Amino acid sequence: MAELKVTAIKEGTVIDHIPAGKGLKVIEILHLNRPNGGALLLASNVHSKKLGKKDIVKVEGRFLSEEEVNKIALIAPTATVNIVRDYKVSEKFKVEVPDEITGILRCANPNCVSNHEYTVSKFYVVSREPLKVRCHYCERTMEEDEILRNL
Amino acid sequence: MEWKGRDVISIRDFSKEDIEFVLNVAERLEAELNEKGSLDYAKGKILATLFFEPSTRTRLSFESAMHRLGGSVIGFSSASSTSVKKGESLADTIKTVEQYSDVIVIRHSMEGAARLAAEVAEIPVINAGDGSNQHPTQTLLDLYTIKRAFGKIDGLTIGLLGDLKYGRTVHSLAEALAFYNVELYLISPELLRMPKHIIEELQEKGVKVHETSDLEGTIPGLDVLYVTRIQRERFPDEQEYLKVKGSYQVNCEVLKNAKETLKVMHPLPRVDEIHPEVDKSKHALYFRQVFSGVPVRMALLGLTLGVL
Ligand SMILES: [Zn+2]
Repeated sequence: MAELKVTAIKEGTVIDHIPAGKGLKVIEILHLNRPNGGALLLASNVHSKKLGKKDIVKVEGRFLSEEEVNKIALIAPTATVNIVRDYKVSEKFKVEVPDEITGILRCANPNCVSNHEYTVSKFYVVSREPLKVRCHYCERTMEEDEILRNL
Repeated sequence: MEWKGRDVISIRDFSKEDIEFVLNVAERLEAELNEKGSLDYAKGKILATLFFEPSTRTRLSFESAMHRLGGSVIGFSSASSTSVKKGESLADTIKTVEQYSDVIVIRHSMEGAARLAAEVAEIPVINAGDGSNQHPTQTLLDLYTIKRAFGKIDGLTIGLLGDLKYGRTVHSLAEALAFYNVELYLISPELLRMPKHIIEELQEKGVKVHETSDLEGTIPGLDVLYVTRIQRERFPDEQEYLKVKGSYQVNCEVLKNAKETLKVMHPLPRVDEIHPEVDKSKHALYFRQVFSGVPVRMALLGLTLGVL
């Protein structure tokens, strides 16, 4: 099978090794699809030696910081990030689960105040492997499957 | 640690030093109160008690504590009498009430409500129970009661009895006891065992933990027996519930092999898990425990107000 060709970008960020099917969610979490943003490319179900199948997201004209990219660590722990300048990869890093997760995760506890009042959700990472987080408000912990259902 | 302006939301926010400090201040205030009858540290200060969910005991205890400190109290005892009913957000209620008061005590049916209130308010907020999550002043008064009765907490063997699976009070107490050198007996029916993650946490902190269903066999080794209620709705059928209820009632017969010095505690209200015949025995500490709520809450109010 011929390798899928995706236009190389001049300047911007390439997020590679996203688990297949999670590319759209990555775009959503990082707000890459703003109407006034740079060109955005999503490649889905790309063949990968490491993952079998993967998604790739490319965004032109935006350089994502490590901190920003770590927001996707919960759904795409395998992702690697390439910062491209003048068609060349100038920086490369792997995502890491941050100590605190703010704003992107919903608490699974239906009686948690964060699901009823205006708040920005906040979770503390209790353990990375296996992934476990504690809600700043109700103090309940969530494990991987619950986290994925509430992203 | 700066106490003035501090919020009291969760026992998780407390270090052992914090706990010891509060217990020492409470002890000092209790002695001063006995000597002088009333104090005036909080003169001119106003406590707002916001009980979105009713809890008469806890509210009275806080109000008594504030009055004993010489301060005054405003507030409400159920959400039905407030603008919450009209759809006002918790944040707006808090921002309004803080214009009238110097410290807020909140009880709410939602987990995390006190944490949110503390984030919104400029003045200190004390959690008097947020749903099934935390009730830190209960934990502190439990520790205070034990310390006053034995002069120490280290070295004691403590039994926690009842609903250890869902009981918020016993979870927090166990976690706080983990700061001390204690041995814990977790006595409950199979169905209501303490959650594994709490037991693991206790063991990691070096607490010797034993799980058992046998109350009578465990009693002779205990210094403290902390009793909590077992609720009917936890059981799939009535028969099972009645069996369990019967085998965990603390009465004089059950206590006959106890140490002379054993103390029985209960967060109250009780239903029939402790027989009234125990009230007059030297083992009963539960009314003393209720009293302890006042000096402990005086200490927390005074410290967070910065008036001590
Ligand atoms: Zn929560």
